Amino acid sequence: MTKGNQQAAIVGIGQTEFSRNSGRSEQQLCAEAVLAALADAGLKPADIDGIMTYTLDHSDEVDLMRNIGVKEIRYTMRIPQGGAGSISSLVHAKHAVESGFCDCIVLWRSMNERSQYRFGQPNLQLQMSPNGHSSTFIEWCLPFGAQTPATWEALSAGPYVNKYGVTSEDLGRVSVLMRKNAATNPNAWFYGKPITLEEHQASRWIVAPTLRLLDCCQESDGAVAIVITRMDRAKDLKQTPARLAAAEYAFLHNHEIISDFYQGDLARLPMSERVTERLVQACGIAPRDCQVAMIYDNFTTQVLRQIEAFGFCGAGEAKDFIREGHMDLDGRNALSPNGGLIGEAYIHGMNNITEGVRQLRGAADNQVRNVENVFMCSGVAGAIITK
Amino acid sequence: MTDSNLNPNRPDPIMSVEGAFFWKAADEGRFVVQKCGGCGMLHHPPRAICPECLSFKREEAELSGRGTVVSWVMPVQPPAFGFDVPPIVALIELEEGIRMVSNVEGADPKTMKVGLPVKVGFAKTRGGHALPVFHLA
Repeated sequence: MTKGNQQAAIVGIGQTEFSRNSGRSEQQLCAEAVLAALADAGLKPADIDGIMTYTLDHSDEVDLMRNIGVKEIRYTMRIPQGGAGSISSLVHAKHAVESGFCDCIVLWRSMNERSQYRFGQPNLQLQMSPNGHSSTFIEWCLPFGAQTPATWEALSAGPYVNKYGVTSEDLGRVSVLMRKNAATNPNAWFYGKPITLEEHQASRWIVAPTLRLLDCCQESDGAVAIVITRMDRAKDLKQTPARLAAAEYAFLHNHEIISDFYQGDLARLPMSERVTERLVQACGIAPRDCQVAMIYDNFTTQVLRQIEAFGFCGAGEAKDFIREGHMDLDGRNALSPNGGLIGEAYIHGMNNITEGVRQLRGAADNQVRNVENVFMCSGVAGAIITK
Repeated sequence: MTDSNLNPNRPDPIMSVEGAFFWKAADEGRFVVQKCGGCGMLHHPPRAICPECLSFKREEAELSGRGTVVSWVMPVQPPAFGFDVPPIVALIELEEGIRMVSNVEGADPKTMKVGLPVKVGFAKTRGGHALPVFHLA
């Protein structure tokens, strides 16, 4: 475990506006978010020596360097597994700067995912191998009509929902909470637009009998960027650094990212459970010890399943944990105060990292009181940031 | 075993090198799974090498076609590409101990539930291929 001045810290966060039609190229959105994150940190493009995005991102490293005047880099990396990999970018960045290989890494995600292409639609023109992208859904799901993330998620959540008697109302309470938080976050697409449980129940089926429209995250245009360096450099910068106390990733044999049907007890998320163990080993802090929990919320079912797998409550108890208010803004573990991907925007998980940092700084619109630790997760990866 | 086909525009399979045997067998009306030629273990989805014994020898084994529903859903919106009627998509646990995504055809969604026994049949795709699908047993 790296401590003190050699520990990695998030020192800058930046973003564009979140919309459904940005009207700009993804390359421009990327550059805007990176410049905003550098300005937030008090750094310049010439300070960057490592850059990293998702394998699925359409913007380009060389173009980013050209656009904003990055002079020389010695590290570049792309993270696989889509949004599930969002938090794993922090694992790479942490080790790259703590080893001394890099001094300053920028992570970004830029997407016109509403105006140019939509993850929620079937896409049989996919330019990918049947074996690609950590899932086998192209060959083994598409011909049977399982063609969207909502369908794969609903199918994999079935045994969990069935075993614990999770109702559509139970899922609706997650969505109501996310939209309540988004309603008072001016950056959220659903700012000023809370929903009731009745509205959730009246929303149309996307995948019966599990996921309604209001169980699904948004499709958004926008970009987010994050700057990571070491504490020895962070002390001279503009913001209070968010120390990366631990960032862990785990992937297990015979599992997949979203069409994860083929191994083990489907009522559990064993990869998330493994990450939880590693986080505690790495820093002595458990996710449930954190005042804020940024949990990847592509679908409401994923939120309940991760709440249990990351140890906030026991198996089958997440629906009650939510209903009893333990994850409200003033609860034991406040859930995504920005409104998450359901309420704020779907920037593939990256906007949950920026909110975690704002909460630790005490600078969020929906600020939780006395935040010492923030937990962030995306299924196969988790991280804990501290003051 | 093919009923009146409610979804004649069903997409054709997209075959990987390792998975092609499954689809070709289905075209011949056979329901099979990958069997390791070294240790006999069954694998699905198919793979190049057996993770148990690291044998490259791939064989196929006939399946009984009997299984139970582990999970089921009906994608409604957006409509599934190639499906004129929303399909019941199900995760089936076969009695040989492997799981597979397929459809349950001819069932009423109101009476669908986890644990129902099912039996394999075949449905035609738009390009004239046959896919293994299931019916309530």
